[in-house]
Amino acid sequence: MEVSLSVNGKEVSEDVEPRTLLVDFLRNDLGMTGTHIGCETSQCGACVVHVDGRSIKSCTLLAVQAEGAEVTTIEGLAAGDELHPMQAAFREEHGLQCGFCTPGMIMSAVDLLKNNTDPTTNEIRDWLEGNMCRCTGYHNIVKSIKSVAELE
Amino acid sequence: MYQFDYEAPDSIEAAVAALRENDESKLVAGGMTLLPTMKLRLARPEVLIDINNIESLFGISELEESLVIGAMTRHADVAMSSIVQNFIPGLACLAESIGDPQVRNRGTIGGSVANNDSAADYPAGLVGLDATVVTDRREISADNFFTDMFETALEVDEIITAVRIPIPQRATYMKFPNPASRYAVVGVMIAEVSDGIRVAVTGASPCVFRATVLEEALEEDFTPEAIANIAIDGVQFNEDIHASAEFRAHLVKVMARRAVLAISS
Ligand SMILES: Cc1cc2nc3c(=O)[nH]c(=O)nc-3n(C[C@H](O)[C@H](O)[C@H](O)COP(=O)(O)OP(=O)(O)OC[C@H]3O[C@@H](n4cnc5c(N)ncnc54)[C@H](O)[C@@H]3O)c2cc1C
Ligand code: FES
Ligand code: FES
Repeated sequence: MEVSLSVNGKEVSEDVEPRTLLVDFLRNDLGMTGTHIGCETSQCGACVVHVDGRSIKSCTLLAVQAEGAEVTTIEGLAAGDELHPMQAAFREEHGLQCGFCTPGMIMSAVDLLKNNTDPTTNEIRDWLEGNMCRCTGYHNIVKSIKSVAELE
Repeated sequence: MYQFDYEAPDSIEAAVAALRENDESKLVAGGMTLLPTMKLRLARPEVLIDINNIESLFGISELEESLVIGAMTRHADVAMSSIVQNFIPGLACLAESIGDPQVRNRGTIGGSVANNDSAADYPAGLVGLDATVVTDRREISADNFFTDMFETALEVDEIITAVRIPIPQRATYMKFPNPASRYAVVGVMIAEVSDGIRVAVTGASPCVFRATVLEEALEEDFTPEAIANIAIDGVQFNEDIHASAEFRAHLVKVMARRAVLAISS
């Protein structure tokens, strides 16, 4: 099946099997490996991207279901060489160790601040319910997000 | 995942026709339950009929003392809706308590209700609030809709179009969530509606049920103490790695007492 969508502002059109997951489409068909696959069962959040402005788990959406959609991935955040403030904050505050969960964490965090510009620590922790990190203990992730909220 | 064909009709009629065309076809709404089930090969539809393009299935409105919530309305949209927050804040809280933000951004009320997971939140919400499930062909009261674990009164080619929820005098939902998934180990919806107090329980047994002994006691005296010493008999409580049957029976009463307290002025 032909699927046409916009990824990070660029129109793409590819022939895919209906069973292709959006995350596999991004990684295998488009070669954009910034979006990770952790569990592939909608639990871990490593695969979070934005579809039409909302964060979703791209391992639980078919590529064909994104027909006509605007998809933003971690690759679409930076402006050229300049990191997105959330990426910069994760670097600054040590919000990552191995980095596996980071793309999903950052995409979730960016979505949070869209709806809630000044979240409390508890609200940040609640929002990260669907994002798992095996390294950081979350503390510095929460700190990173908080620091961006305080910037804005 | 096995291979399948995919269609995305833009009308209810076309979706029903597509369901009738192939016995092995299945609707996909938010996909939060169906896609993982297909990955596990527990479901193997030949055709997926995506109802995300049917505009009439989306949205929330207030109509004749009721809220009408389209089947494709996402959990996040119920949680954030000013109409729901205004008229049935307990339902907005219920929606907000489901899974995580990304699950709430995709999962739908229609999908949750059609799936009737024994640990899902909406079944308790709908039964507790005396709601009606509206389909492409009829209306079914929530009391008659949820028939057994993963079973409902729906026919194989029937599509939920909306749920209609009469605005209660007061209502709230208390759940003891599974710390990993947020599904209800036990969830209790208590509402005061036009014909009295309703207490609906999810997570505790294979299918949502009304705790009528608690309803009767609360009808007489709407206080946490009124239900403190009542035994809930005749219920088969679930027993699994998350909680024993005894613990679940205990949690029903604890959640119910908290709910009563929360909506007592
Ligand atoms: C990590 C995770 C955590 C979760 N936590 C919770 C939780 O805490 N509480 C909770 O209640 N749920 C939870 N869920 C389930 C979630 O709420 C699902 O969204 C919901 O159960 C199914 O809705 P859906 O729209 O995704 O349906 P789908 O997965 O698309 O469909 C489910 C079933 O319903 C049928 N169906 C869908 N729409 C209709 C319709 N309009 N008419 C007739 N049949 C239809 C489909 O054919 C399918 O059989 C969780 C899910 C995940 C992945
Ligand atoms: S890979 Fe999608 S949630 Fe884990
Ligand atoms: S930094 Fe390693 S999983 Fe989060």
